[in-house]
Amino acid sequence: MLELIQEFELLAAFWMTIRLTLWSALFSLIIGTFVAIMRLSPVKVLQSIGTSYVNLLRNTPLTLIIVGTSLVLWGQLGLEPASRDSSTFIVDLNFRLAVLGLSVYHAAFVCEAIRSGVNTIPLGQAEAARSIGLTFGQSLRHVILPQGFRGAITPLGNTLIALTKNTTVASAIGVMDPAYQLDNIAEFRPDVLFLGFAVIALGFVVLTLPVGLIISALSSRLAVKR
Amino acid sequence: MSAQQVLFDAPGPRARARHRILAVIGVLLLLAALAWVLERFNATGQLEAAKWTPFVEWSTWRNYLIPGVIDVLRAALVAIVISMVLALGLAMARMSDMAPVRWAASVFVEFFRAVPVLIMMIFTFFFLAYNAGTPDSWNPFLAVVTGLVLYNSSVLCEVIRNGVYSLPAGQREAGLSIGLSPSQVRRSIQVPQALTAMLPVIVSQIVVITKDTALGYIILYPELITQARRLASQEFNVVPAYLVAAVLFILINYGLSKVAERVEARQRRKAHTAGAIGSADAIRAEARGGRAPDDAAGDGDDVEVR
Amino acid sequence: MQRTSFRLAAVLAAGALALSACGSDEGGDDGGDGGDNGGDASAEAGGGGDAGGDGITIGIKYDQPGLGQQDGDTYSGMGVDIAKAVAEGLGYSEDQITFEEAISSQRETLLETNQVDLVVATYSITDERSERVQFAGPYFVAGQDLLVTTDSDIAGPEDMQGKLLCSVTGSTSAQNVKDDYPDVQLQEYGSYSECVSQLATGTVDALTTDDTILAGYAAQEQYAGQLKVVGNTFSEENYGIGLNKEDDRCEEVNEILQGMWDDGTMEQIIEDNLGAADYTPNADLNPPAEIGGHCQA
Repeated sequence: MLELIQEFELLAAFWMTIRLTLWSALFSLIIGTFVAIMRLSPVKVLQSIGTSYVNLLRNTPLTLIIVGTSLVLWGQLGLEPASRDSSTFIVDLNFRLAVLGLSVYHAAFVCEAIRSGVNTIPLGQAEAARSIGLTFGQSLRHVILPQGFRGAITPLGNTLIALTKNTTVASAIGVMDPAYQLDNIAEFRPDVLFLGFAVIALGFVVLTLPVGLIISALSSRLAVKR
Repeated sequence: MSAQQVLFDAPGPRARARHRILAVIGVLLLLAALAWVLERFNATGQLEAAKWTPFVEWSTWRNYLIPGVIDVLRAALVAIVISMVLALGLAMARMSDMAPVRWAASVFVEFFRAVPVLIMMIFTFFFLAYNAGTPDSWNPFLAVVTGLVLYNSSVLCEVIRNGVYSLPAGQREAGLSIGLSPSQVRRSIQVPQALTAMLPVIVSQIVVITKDTALGYIILYPELITQARRLASQEFNVVPAYLVAAVLFILINYGLSKVAERVEARQRRKAHTAGAIGSADAIRAEARGGRAPDDAAGDGDDVEVR
Repeated sequence: MQRTSFRLAAVLAAGALALSACGSDEGGDDGGDGGDNGGDASAEAGGGGDAGGDGITIGIKYDQPGLGQQDGDTYSGMGVDIAKAVAEGLGYSEDQITFEEAISSQRETLLETNQVDLVVATYSITDERSERVQFAGPYFVAGQDLLVTTDSDIAGPEDMQGKLLCSVTGSTSAQNVKDDYPDVQLQEYGSYSECVSQLATGTVDALTTDDTILAGYAAQEQYAGQLKVVGNTFSEENYGIGLNKEDDRCEEVNEILQGMWDDGTMEQIIEDNLGAADYTPNADLNPPAEIGGHCQA
């Protein structure tokens, strides 16, 4: 088993999963919050831009988005978020393209998670904020979003777990993650296919289980007591 | 927070002016992005007629796109039905009175909820390929369905279980008091009610499954994206082919989520008129608060602003 | 409520049975449009052929321009033409031939389980494969090479320093490059078609796999004058025709192949399918020194 882990660099592959997850989580949180603000804003046009974003991204398969970042954004539109001079150009490029694809896709779910968190806030909170003269921006910043995020811990956490598993799709553009290595194990060492699967599957259990536990602990601790 | 308007005051003249400016900025940014994309498309020759004319030819649809759509729907349909049946069994097992059965079901559910669907597909595909037994042309289909079923039956099992737990205790007690055994109570009182109440969640899970058939691309299941690639290698129009595939996928999924919303709306109406216990709302709220359908959020838990 | 719920459950269950049954049936009918991938990548294959009946079932590639390609119900390419000639030599008329898709990783299984009689699909003879199937041929010696744009000055893998090379995940070609030229930057996709499209826009500098496959792409109308095969092979791939180990027609196929080289049929087939790419097979290795020696039955 150790031999297998070494031969196919499975530790590096899981480190890739972790890096993909963390960076994509960060960016999808930023984009998703931004889209959620658009959807909650008083400006009709922004609302519909936000809604279209969510509907388009949520209904497009992630596979298509990831492949699209490489073949369309890089290949056809010439977007190249890495330096050609670097000796790790391809590796950097694919990593960043994958993070981009994962981020825009999961941002749609982050947006919806935040909106569902906002839904848990009693009407009175917003009314109170208005009645003491807070503007939309102020009430969003001081009243709505802080409570909304706390109410959204569970759906956000579920999105994080989904994101962790969805990083495997990055193997479609050659990112060396566990799915890519499972492909290689199947091609070059079919005799240990089952072991390879077991190790990789367990790896994901180990990665996602603590996240689930932390989330349930957090959500009960952070929940706004009412 | 039901009415969104309470977030902000009815805008006065200055606020309206500000909103208009924001709206214009938003639209301008959007147009700029579109213009950039079109400019790049143009510069790289993506707008050439030759790359798009295949889509007005019937043979393109007959040989690539329609088979792709059919294969997407076929895998999704088979997967959702098997998942549902398996989920019922798993839910029963997880609530069983026999501890070993409960444990086995729990391990199954927790394991397959944690493993990425793609990993299961790749494994099943090669496992079948190397160990024969099945005709080779079935393998990609079988692998896609197996991956989807293992994951989604685990998710749906939890959905059903949450549904059962959120039923009022009186349901169970009433069943026991008329002399039914605990398992009879589950079978004939709790699970049926949970199932009906969970119908909207189940329908929205269909969207998740349909979208996930696209993972089949990686193991060469001839679904829509694979067909788009084949088309592209024939006509050398990568960008148009993938764009058309995306549009088709969005239409299918958007249509399905509309169906899900309608089912949910109907459910809610019924719940109100009949005053039924365990309405979808209550159960879904419960599901979200507790150990919810794991990454339903990640793949289409359509959380709505109410 | 209870009754409707039961009805619901019953409908779901009944649907499950009906669907799973019809699902599998259709899986079988579907063999034809099996899948798509380039060359040595992970793969699948068409099945359901009735090997050994009145006709002959031959596994070919469905997605490699110039070598084996399916377009609706017509098939074209070097592998297809060779398959037809061999079938004719074995006494089958053209309408007795059934083509099935034979994707790389499933070729041995297809033969072992008699789903196809022959596999003519850029099938390199290797010791590992010979443990499971037998080979007629080699009928052609190909080699790993590079495909580049016509204005490129890349003449071999040595020139790839700092350049971008494209290949397929899990392919032997990709592995060779990783082992022998660790400095080359390798982009991997699921199939060659993605690589070719990236090459055509100049996004990557070269694509590597067997020269025949490369020539097949370069020979396509759409890429006329845009792509060229470098012509500096750095491996030897002996293409054979795969047969089930029990099949006693192996030597017969060898004779047919020898005959095809002797009377010029083979050259004609290569010219017809790959000529447009300005591709000439490595003359030192072709025709192969010995056609035969890999039969086992």
